[in-house]
Amino acid sequence: MVRKTRVVLVDDHSLVRSGVRNEIGGRLDVVGEAADVAEAITRIRDTKPDVVLLDVHLPGGTGDAVIVAVHAVLPDVRFLALSVSDAPDDVIRVIRAGARGYVTKSIDGDELATAVERVAAGDAVFSPRLAGFVLDAFTGEAAAAPPTTELDVLTPRERDVLQLIARGYTYKEAAEELFLSVKTIETHVSAVLRKLQLSNRRELSRWVSERRLLP
Amino acid sequence: MTRPPVAPPTRRLFRRRDGRLIAGVASGLSEHLGIDVLLLRIAFVASIVLGGLGMVLYAAFWIVVPQATDDPAPRERSESRVQLVGFAALGAAMLLFAQLLGFGAGLIWPAAAMIAGAAVLWRQADDSSRNRWRSVAERQRTALSGTRRRTTLRYLGGIALVLIGMGTFLATQNAFPVARRAFLPALVATLGIVVVVGPWLLRYWREATEERTARIREHERVELAGRIHDSMLQTLTLIQRRADDPEEVRRLVRHSERELRGWLYRPAQPAASLRGMLTAACAEVEDEYDVTIDLVVVGDLPATADVEAIVLSTREAAVNAAKHSGVRTISVYAEVGATELTVFVRDRGKGFRIAAIPEDRYGVRESLIGRMERHGGAATIRSGKRIGTEVRLTLPLKVSAGV
Repeated sequence: MVRKTRVVLVDDHSLVRSGVRNEIGGRLDVVGEAADVAEAITRIRDTKPDVVLLDVHLPGGTGDAVIVAVHAVLPDVRFLALSVSDAPDDVIRVIRAGARGYVTKSIDGDELATAVERVAAGDAVFSPRLAGFVLDAFTGEAAAAPPTTELDVLTPRERDVLQLIARGYTYKEAAEELFLSVKTIETHVSAVLRKLQLSNRRELSRWVSERRLLP
Repeated sequence: MTRPPVAPPTRRLFRRRDGRLIAGVASGLSEHLGIDVLLLRIAFVASIVLGGLGMVLYAAFWIVVPQATDDPAPRERSESRVQLVGFAALGAAMLLFAQLLGFGAGLIWPAAAMIAGAAVLWRQADDSSRNRWRSVAERQRTALSGTRRRTTLRYLGGIALVLIGMGTFLATQNAFPVARRAFLPALVATLGIVVVVGPWLLRYWREATEERTARIREHERVELAGRIHDSMLQTLTLIQRRADDPEEVRRLVRHSERELRGWLYRPAQPAASLRGMLTAACAEVEDEYDVTIDLVVVGDLPATADVEAIVLSTREAAVNAAKHSGVRTISVYAEVGATELTVFVRDRGKGFRIAAIPEDRYGVRESLIGRMERHGGAATIRSGKRIGTEVRLTLPLKVSAGV
């Protein structure tokens, strides 16, 4: 990569921001920080970063509000959710709003930098927990709700990939395990992300509607 | 931590929501007094037909005795049909009683309509006062599902019945001309009362609502503060005292993080389920061996002996990883499939050669492989320098018990 990926950090805790900046500052270019929804929107519009690292809960709104507002004017800015939350409705909500992935704050600096670069390149980033949520949503009520479109089902390959991620495998390890290239794994994960964002499966809608913030 | 002994609940009289025919008076009384509910119901109906005392009593109980709030909500459909029968029986008894007293049809039928309308309105008020106790989320859900429209319909129906009753009564008594003459003064008087008392009532109602909201908020705040005080503050104190022991500090922090997460994100997790048992087992290993376990569970199962076996094996595998792998992070993944339950325990540690496990190593051979086989399942281990170690536990599920 010729230039470093440009990143904006959005988190209401300044300690978290400075910690993350320290950890990824070597590999990435942190061009701005913001502590609430309004500040985040202005800062992102001003700096036009490649990737925004976004906390799910913010003063003055939630992460998905930032994504929706920014994507209205800058559709190319990519978002990676970074949160302590374990709640599926939190996670699924930012993903449905357009985030390209979700990692927890316990991730180490190198892994986080890799995740940001991956998102900058247009791929998706799934933590084990997010993979678990997806498997839950797409298989939990398989018998109860017959799929209506191809968006509502995972292909067997996609299931294999997600299962390995949920088991704690990196993309590279999963690729070796399935005798695939890392690129193919990334393609599968991106396809799953798309389904996650567009599918109308009841479980997904329920997680989102629980907080009544998205239709 | 010690808890104060739980005081035995005082037996108070409540009207029951489940198993009620009309308003739950008889079933509530039967539970309170320990008398068969059927006997009480027969007594009520008999005393209504014979002298009317039962009706006065029933109405008094309905008004005075509060509805139970803790019992399960009734299964709406089948129950409302049963209730309809109850109301019909009550109506028939009342008609019979009125005829015994010698009232003419011109009086009975309007009265019946008015009473039916009043009953509908009262029942509705009953339900909505109960609704206030329900959580906001639940109420939103019911509001979305169209219950609100049905409620409005019921109110309108009740009012219509009362009006019809009044109208027919006036008509049969040939009192319409009188009523028409009295209508305008009555209307003016009512409007006057509304204008005078209305603002005061409105303010009173608003204040009551505000006060209730504030009370609920305060209650929640106190509860949360209590929990944080109890747990977080204690942990912080302990951390200060043990600041020179990093292992102990990590353990304490992990413990209170887990506790806080439990409150925030998984408020109601049944302990006797695969998910609950795995969460507890992983927490134990984390505390005991100072490691972090990434637990992901897809689907859930009620606890059985087989499920318990796989949880124990999972614990064993996690303990092995914590003791021997040389890394501090372990991934545990459990999936409830259509035909089998699978658990993976993985670390990115130094790995080992399976052939090198001595025959007498009790842990792997007995706790893992042996236990799984005894329960009809299997345990396989993959290990190596590059991939670390992964233990795969499987358990066939007899019926499609997946949740």
